[in-house]
Amino acid sequence: MLAHSVFFYFFSVIAIFSSLMVITSRSTINSVFFLILDFISVGCLFIMVGAEFLGMIILIVYVGAVAVLFLFVVMMLNVAEQKQSWFIGKKSNHIPIGLIVSVLILLELLVVVGGWKFKSDVMSISNLNLSDISNTHQLGLVMYTDYILYFQLAGVILLLSMIGAILLTFRQRKGVKKQSYFNQISRTPSSSIELKDIESNKGVKIDD
Amino acid sequence: MMEYVQILGNEAYKILFLIVPVLVSVAMIVWLDRRVWGLVQKRKGPNVVGPFGLLQTLADALKYIFKEIIIPASANKVVFILAPIVTMTLALVAWAVIPMSEELVLSDINVGVLYLFAVSSLGVYGIIMGGWASNSKYPFLGAIRSAAQMVSYEVSIGIIIINVLLCVGSLNLKDIVLAQQELWYVIPLFPMFVIFFISALAETNRPPFDLPEAEAELVAGYQTEYSGMMYAMFWLGEYANILLMCAMGSILFLGGWLPIIDIYPINLIPAPAWMILKILFLFFLFALIKAIVPRYRYDQLMRLGWKIFLPFSLVYLVLTASFLFYFDKLPKGNF
Repeated sequence: MLAHSVFFYFFSVIAIFSSLMVITSRSTINSVFFLILDFISVGCLFIMVGAEFLGMIILIVYVGAVAVLFLFVVMMLNVAEQKQSWFIGKKSNHIPIGLIVSVLILLELLVVVGGWKFKSDVMSISNLNLSDISNTHQLGLVMYTDYILYFQLAGVILLLSMIGAILLTFRQRKGVKKQSYFNQISRTPSSSIELKDIESNKGVKIDD
Repeated sequence: MMEYVQILGNEAYKILFLIVPVLVSVAMIVWLDRRVWGLVQKRKGPNVVGPFGLLQTLADALKYIFKEIIIPASANKVVFILAPIVTMTLALVAWAVIPMSEELVLSDINVGVLYLFAVSSLGVYGIIMGGWASNSKYPFLGAIRSAAQMVSYEVSIGIIIINVLLCVGSLNLKDIVLAQQELWYVIPLFPMFVIFFISALAETNRPPFDLPEAEAELVAGYQTEYSGMMYAMFWLGEYANILLMCAMGSILFLGGWLPIIDIYPINLIPAPAWMILKILFLFFLFALIKAIVPRYRYDQLMRLGWKIFLPFSLVYLVLTASFLFYFDKLPKGNF
């Protein structure tokens, strides 16, 4: 158990430290890097508990895809300047809204955690009833039988939000030349070469 | 306390015996790559240092070690130094789950495929960090191209992996190989194998998809500001990643360590040799394609990933699932 607790404290100290650094670090890029470190150590903690599937999914979805997009956005928009203007003391209407939202989230968390019935020895693995079924199978058995409706609904909601985002940013630009592979391949000499008799000193117009 | 030290020592020993061969084979593979490239173009390729030029990569590495590491004045130093380390570490870490034979694997975990997928999707950070920290235009453009490219092709690789997983019913790499004893998945899933191979080219930034380092447009992409050992680490990490993709392809589709036919003289060849042969075969294809195919344009690359590979592999996934369901061939788990 010694090695187990050493690793547990190692990952949890990193997770807590990096989540503090996310909100305190002055450079926005550094906060995103700390966020990534936080995700990774939380993933490792999941693996230590024995939920290897969830740990890997956190690594793939959050670290491999979501955080890359965060990093993109932060690199593209110059968020640092905006942040500085808040500290200088410009009035901003983001802060009260942000405060209200975070207080609401805190209250919700308190309600959820307060109502949770803690098992006294939830951390000791010997007490869990683990059969031969791996926990990936177990997750699948629960998600695709009892909770199939919620699972599908979540998927539909994600699809809707994706379509919505594409529709909002979609704009048809005029005058853009597009390449048509089919037309390129099906060109023949007879359709693309044209012979013209040119009068002297007149010239010819090639391309419209 | 003593037993922990013993366990640690034991593991360190095993890890050393995994990493050293991987690094040596990376060196050899670089030689093979340049050699194939040369032969396709009717050149000789590196053939001076050592027998057949085999030691060329070691000579190159030695040269890199003695070169000065230059860090640009306006670079973000910590991230700049961290980037090649991240690339190299991630490329080596993934080898822990690759089974060379039924017993020869460092850690046999239940979610092996997911682990491989996760580690290869983290590989993009080395490139973004390197490109951003250089604080210069070409590296940044290269990094952004590369990140978009890797994220897009990961999607189709993910769906291809799901195709294989449907046939196997397990995320364990060993189970995936053992499920192919009767039929390698390259036969029923041949279109998926082709798409996996092309996506692997894009995922590892190999030609014809080497846009992140397109030398005609971006100098050397995200590596422009790197020099000496840090450049060599990027380069080693890249080749270790290519080798990893080949290993992944041979496990998912070519039956891993299984022999071609299980009859007397052929099955005398030891299992790891089969695995190595398959990895080498896939790498040979990688090297050939580098030599014979011209580079894609960026919009063509994105079109190929999102408009062709993604819909096609989704449709194939539905077909595979319906086939397995209709003929009642879905894998039965142990429940």
